[in-house]
Amino acid sequence: MNDFAHLLDRLAYEPRRNAKLRLLQDYFAHAGDPERGYALAAMTGGLSFREAKPALIRGLVEARIDPVLFRLSHNYVGDLAETTALIWPAPGGEPGAGPLSRAGEGQGAGPLSRAGEGQGEGLAESGEGAAPTRSASRGRDLSRTGEVERPGLNGPASPGPGHNNPPPQVPSLAEVVETLSTTRKADLPRHLADWLDALDETGRWALLKLVTGNLRVGVSARLAKTAVAALGGHEADAVEEVWHGLAPPYETLFAWVSGGGERPETLNPAPFRPSMLSHPIEEDSDFAKLDPQAFSGEWKWDGIRVQLVGGRDREGQQVARIYSRTGEDISGAFPDLAEAITFTGALDGELLILREGRVQSFNVLQQRLNRKAVTAKLLEEFPAHMRAYDILTAEGEDLRPLPFGERRARLEAFVAGLDHARIDLSPLVPFATWEELAAARADPASVGAGEDADAIEGVMLKRVNSAYLPGRPKGPWWKWKREPHLVDAVMMYAQRGHGKRSSFYSDYTFGVWREAPEGGAELVPVGKAYHGFTDAELQKLDRYVRNHTTKRFGPVREVAYGPDTGLVLEIAFEGVQRSTRHKSGVAMRFPRVSRIRWDKPAAEADRIELLERILERGEREIAPGARLAEEEA
Amino acid sequence: MPLRASDLLTLTREGLYCPLGGFHVDPTWPVARALITHGHADHARAGHGSVLATGETLRIMAVRYGEDFCRTRQEAKLGEPIRIGDVTVRFAPAGHVLGSAQIAIEAEGVRVVVSGDYKRARDPTCLPFEVVPCDVFITEATFGLPVFRMPDTSEEVAKLLASVALFPERAHIVGAYALGKAQRVMALLREAGYDRPIYLHGAMEKLTELYKREGIRLGETPKVVAAERAKLHGAIVLCPPSSIQDVWSRKFPDPVTAFASGWMRVRARARQKGVELPLVISDHSDWPDLCRTIRETGAEEVWVTHGQEDALVHWCGTQGIRAKPLHLLGYGDEEVEGASESASESTAGPAPGPAGAAVDLEASP
Repeated sequence: MNDFAHLLDRLAYEPRRNAKLRLLQDYFAHAGDPERGYALAAMTGGLSFREAKPALIRGLVEARIDPVLFRLSHNYVGDLAETTALIWPAPGGEPGAGPLSRAGEGQGAGPLSRAGEGQGEGLAESGEGAAPTRSASRGRDLSRTGEVERPGLNGPASPGPGHNNPPPQVPSLAEVVETLSTTRKADLPRHLADWLDALDETGRWALLKLVTGNLRVGVSARLAKTAVAALGGHEADAVEEVWHGLAPPYETLFAWVSGGGERPETLNPAPFRPSMLSHPIEEDSDFAKLDPQAFSGEWKWDGIRVQLVGGRDREGQQVARIYSRTGEDISGAFPDLAEAITFTGALDGELLILREGRVQSFNVLQQRLNRKAVTAKLLEEFPAHMRAYDILTAEGEDLRPLPFGERRARLEAFVAGLDHARIDLSPLVPFATWEELAAARADPASVGAGEDADAIEGVMLKRVNSAYLPGRPKGPWWKWKREPHLVDAVMMYAQRGHGKRSSFYSDYTFGVWREAPEGGAELVPVGKAYHGFTDAELQKLDRYVRNHTTKRFGPVREVAYGPDTGLVLEIAFEGVQRSTRHKSGVAMRFPRVSRIRWDKPAAEADRIELLERILERGEREIAPGARLAEEEA
Repeated sequence: MPLRASDLLTLTREGLYCPLGGFHVDPTWPVARALITHGHADHARAGHGSVLATGETLRIMAVRYGEDFCRTRQEAKLGEPIRIGDVTVRFAPAGHVLGSAQIAIEAEGVRVVVSGDYKRARDPTCLPFEVVPCDVFITEATFGLPVFRMPDTSEEVAKLLASVALFPERAHIVGAYALGKAQRVMALLREAGYDRPIYLHGAMEKLTELYKREGIRLGETPKVVAAERAKLHGAIVLCPPSSIQDVWSRKFPDPVTAFASGWMRVRARARQKGVELPLVISDHSDWPDLCRTIRETGAEEVWVTHGQEDALVHWCGTQGIRAKPLHLLGYGDEEVEGASESASESTAGPAPGPAGAAVDLEASP
């Protein structure tokens, strides 16, 4: 547990991806089985056990620490797990950090010994200072080990529990995970308390994060898999290929990547296959180098990229899986679509909501996402479909090495053969020149997309002779997204960035005008953008923030804004959604700075009504890339 | 009628005032007579009429503010009684930074001790704290919450050296307060056997030279030459806290951002500052030591000055010790976010009001 805790601690402070990778690799190489497997499971969301509720943890602490002091501390630190980790009275298990060993410093030849107190007295006093309820925890320890509490043990001369009882055993991560998955609810507090007693501050913090299901240390499942793969010199996709047949603690996986075992043959009859991704096309430079004849065009749908995989297990039962782009199994969230997987094969495509044959916008799809329960009402109101655009396997045959043109023909035949209302084909967009494609992109409805144009966010270009390659190879697939919406907003707050940008104010909260309750106009924040500008522009923006600061809130600065002062940022964004989390009631999708309008007076920035109109009318009614007519005037 | 503690010490706009002696202790505004506990800018200000402080503190003030920082000055020898008006004062070591002292004020058998800032943990750069039994103890409470239990400094220095070993190609930029913390970190590194040069931001140079003149051995501490920054692979560089986020620090090879401070005990604090390698090294008492010290003084009454007063006052209550918070304006912890930063924008001139309280001149790059 200690090694895992220190790994999490380092990761939590480390902003750089490569340094995280190095830390992870180092850990996986040195931690043994099954410890590293459970660590991998913890970071990839693969553990399931009885989680500890905050009230349980609070109860454990308040049995040991004055509740008033605990409350004040919690208010100050802000995080329950961290407060508990810091305040927990560690009985002897923590050299250096605990009050007992602190007094121990006084025993040495250091200047502290000049303070003149006796050793025994120093120990007792500092112990009480740190933990007014220490005697309570001591009594509990004793009852646990079955000893009878002796009179005088709690007296001031006692050197402390660590000297009378064997030091508590530091648990392994495996022990924690296995205990949590088998323990009875009533036993959970006792286990937790024992572990907290045994661990140091970092260990307690990591344990509490783990058991409360709050393990966020800035490591994605993908990054963890990349680190595991790198142990054997593999790419992350090699791990993805076998991943879904495996279970914690992944001993066969580690044996394979470390060179000591066979590749774990996936027993999953419907495994995920890593997705092929595209690069954004640069209009100014890329088109000149590309031959339109070599490419096939199709719509870029604004939905969720999914893989539908079907197969038969050993008993001959149909297995149906829906995977996200990153290989997460999301079948449970879309039972209506999973039912359509009656085939053996793997389809790549977009998950969309269709109503009466018409594709709904992403805003509609959003309402089906991140729901705890999939209700019948939800299924009825937001029926999930798949618009297929590639086929990876069919009846056990791996089609990925085939060129796109051949795969497309196989796909068309396959989908036609399915004849299922939930799965249809993403149509090709015919074009002979780049100009024709540009026209289709500007107005999809006119080129056959019809009412579905709402859910189109651009076009895709796929090289006809390209195989299906995992990852993001440069060249075969391009995306050419529709022009974004634009709004002129005023910078209101700036926050320091991370990593290389940590010395710069690089994250900007911006606002637009709305009518103030007391009359007149006021700025209301509508979003935050942290990219879209060059390094040179960042330096100028940073200087602007420093020279126009009006207030500071920790890492955040408020800058001067108002009708007569303020910096206008032209913000590009993909859409608007309702949001209860924002004061303005709207939230933008993918906002970024498209231009810095040093020239434009803040009073001429846009008003909230612009965003509300985009929201209300739906995106169809707004010509992409253009302002509303009123705004031009 | 017997003397009351409030006859010995009371609170005025300028800070703590002794009516019977006619002097202030660590006043935040210019006064006629000031007794100064230590050289940090929120306690030691320029512009007083006369100043009584330890020799080290007087010399620190002279380095920071110039030789004319006050009209007349007098050195207080540790442990020696000094008669001022109707009271006797005595300075005793506080273990906070070089020259730091507690001040005991006594009359008619009643003794009040002003702790200033203090710590009990080992510090090779200053004399250790001495317990002075008293009736009223006036304590700081910078880290006055039980979550603050500081680790052994050797563990923290080992953490830094381990990172230097793991990333030998990267410079390690360690933010540390320019008076006290920086020199303590240097001395701890030397104790750990680190014998390479420790590079200094220009703002740390004068005080570090002063420490060396006072007999603290810190080894080779060259000043960073701006043009050479990119070559300092694997170097340890000390700079004021405000500079770790500054463009100044970005010119070093792939810098690792470290910060030596008691605040690093709390993760959110470290993350807010963009610190990648928090070093929990504090020049203030942690919670166990605050509690221990209060008990050891035997004080019947405790006044809590700056920091987390509530928790300490509450704890005193549970121990049967009378306690009250003293809401002293103008004291801040010198390491609080924003404090050092504002130095570049406000001038700590001869008459800084409470607004400029936590400002440190040296923090400005």
